[in-house]
Amino acid sequence: MYKGVAITGMGIISSIGNSVEENYNALLNSQIGITTIENIATVHADVIKVGEIKKTNQELIEELQLGEDNNFSRTAMLGTIAAKQAVKNAGITLINEYRTGLISATSVGGMDMTERYYHEYFDNPEVVKYISSHNAGDNTDKIASELGLKGMVTTISTACSSAANAIMLGARLIKSGKLDRVIVGGTDALSKFTINGFKTLMILSEDYNKPFDNERTGLNLGEAAAYLVLESDELVKKENKKVLARVSGYGNANDAFHQTASSENGDGAFLAMEKAFKIAQLQPEQIDYINVHGTATPNNDLSEGRAIVRLFGENKVPDFSSTKPFTGHTLAAAAAIEAVYSVLAIQNNVVFPNLNFKTPMEEFSLVPQTTLKHATIEHVLSNSFGFGGNCSTLIFSKSE
Amino acid sequence: MKKTYINGLGCISAQKTFDTIFLEEAELNEDDIILPLKAPVYKDFIPPVAIRRMAKGVKNGIVASTLALRVAHLETVDAIITGTGMGCIEDSEKFLKAILDNDEQFLTPTSFIQSTHNTVGGQIALGLQCKAYNLTYVNGSVSFESALFDAKMKIEEGEASSILVGGIDETSDYTMSLFKLAGFIKEENQGPYSVLEATTNGVVFGEGATFFALENEAKENTIAEILDLEILNKLDVSEVEDKIISFLALNNFELKDVDAVVLGYNGDVDSDSYYKNLSNTTFVNTPQVYYKHLSGEYDTASAFGLWVGSKIIQTQNIPDIVKLNALDKPAYKTILLYNQRNGNDHSFTLISSC
Repeated sequence: MYKGVAITGMGIISSIGNSVEENYNALLNSQIGITTIENIATVHADVIKVGEIKKTNQELIEELQLGEDNNFSRTAMLGTIAAKQAVKNAGITLINEYRTGLISATSVGGMDMTERYYHEYFDNPEVVKYISSHNAGDNTDKIASELGLKGMVTTISTACSSAANAIMLGARLIKSGKLDRVIVGGTDALSKFTINGFKTLMILSEDYNKPFDNERTGLNLGEAAAYLVLESDELVKKENKKVLARVSGYGNANDAFHQTASSENGDGAFLAMEKAFKIAQLQPEQIDYINVHGTATPNNDLSEGRAIVRLFGENKVPDFSSTKPFTGHTLAAAAAIEAVYSVLAIQNNVVFPNLNFKTPMEEFSLVPQTTLKHATIEHVLSNSFGFGGNCSTLIFSKSE
Repeated sequence: MKKTYINGLGCISAQKTFDTIFLEEAELNEDDIILPLKAPVYKDFIPPVAIRRMAKGVKNGIVASTLALRVAHLETVDAIITGTGMGCIEDSEKFLKAILDNDEQFLTPTSFIQSTHNTVGGQIALGLQCKAYNLTYVNGSVSFESALFDAKMKIEEGEASSILVGGIDETSDYTMSLFKLAGFIKEENQGPYSVLEATTNGVVFGEGATFFALENEAKENTIAEILDLEILNKLDVSEVEDKIISFLALNNFELKDVDAVVLGYNGDVDSDSYYKNLSNTTFVNTPQVYYKHLSGEYDTASAFGLWVGSKIIQTQNIPDIVKLNALDKPAYKTILLYNQRNGNDHSFTLISSC
């Protein structure tokens, strides 16, 4: 078995907490973060529910001690908070001491500011500074500057699978010896743009999202950021680092079926999982928990479920759950926060519940784990799928 | 470890870069602040019904990738990796404007769907029915190089033997007006906008789609080999020369081994200070090349730069229109490309003949 790339630090901010500990406690106690939207003025405020971080931009600016002339988007601020936590958690004090990279994921970048000032730009010189914040890369550059990081910095955007690809790239960079350590993850803030985009696609639920339920009505959007620190084994040994868990497998495939919809038999998802098993040198029966993508849209859960049945066998599917009833679907950050939850599952030997589930889907007999369960967790598989047919799977394993 | 060869090219740009040899029909435009691309005949590549629905970047990406595959004699690939700074911004704008102007009502999803950065990569996969590895990088001036870096790593890992890698960006009216307002684009009516004699900030903007078909073996049609690539987010002007020397040393080269250097001069006086020292001292005895006066500046303009570098190796000729100095070499074997923008997102790319 391939033992995988060491994870030595984690950081997260989501609607269920501002730290790893807060997120873990919320998951243990079924405290969900789905509420009415407060920070964005939208005509849909009364009908939609979102996983919103209850901090205003001003509060985030103060927390990060940014100057008055800063031009941080909310996406960049959330990302900076989570990335700083991860670096601190990994015990890194001199960020450029080793060859260190930052691979971040985002789908909206600075859209929150662009939509706020779109028509104001020509009348108010004070907001012109936000024009450059729109670019996805600008958000990552800001996170890198706040960390003081000089090195390989890049950004991935494959819609809702983005952060899984960032973690995968990071693991490959460590494995190939191109970097000694790398901060990987993703960040996305809520925006009118995505709220209305998903609304026009008619996949936003007005109710609390209920993944893998026959009566599921769509997703709740959320916002979040999370990062992991990956380090080479040489560095782990040299610095005597504590390894939280390992990234042992990863796979990426394209469904090549439709620009936004997943194929009915989940070809892309199946291929992504298959590749991840190959890299990890693991068999499906060794997986103790699947953190499914489980957005609660009719299309995703059917496609993902079919792929899981194909790969594991309908009666051999391990415990699985979607944590999106807690956080909402946080788009490019989803795979990063779910990576943190996967590591927590391994560290604490626990399966988090798939809330809001009542009725099994008629297409197969899959029933998610609906209550908190304590069990030995050696390997966790985490799926993430996005528009454009992008499907990615990560496997996390306990460190020896 | 497998090597990475460029076996096919496809380029849609502000110049005639398809159905030509190498910039022999290039036209220098120093009067405009935005250089629109020369559109190919889309219906030769895409069914007419599909053309109408497609974003500009998607159409150009499909044409450029099709051309690259044709040159390489490939039907499909083991990975599709794209880079784009801004994605299909015409659709982003269209959707955002509809949200704001109609108070979030009466919206249709088409432009939202096309607005995601990975639309081009997804559409190419859909067209080729290619279920392989598919990724999109979006990091300013290293968007394309990140894709190329990933592709090279994929080949080294033995995970792919053929890969499509490309850079795509498009212009759009409102975003360009915002870029003018913010000073990223030069002021109107101040021409001629000569890239080399610039004394002001801002650039002449452009758009394009440039694709490369990479393979892990050299063939009869091989154009060049990609030796190495390095990406760095920040450097001071004074650090660049040392970085280049150590990058070359990693590949067992010295400065004198570089037969031509392709520099990303874009006409912004501050940004170009990163290249001036290289031109005047480091590479004073080396043939120097620039290209953004032909392509315009955009996040993935450096993919056009790699197209230029590859063509120099293929044709063993540097067209006068891209020459920065009067030096020539009897043979162009090893070429270094360096690009950055305003001191951010630096990339060093080393290519050679086989």
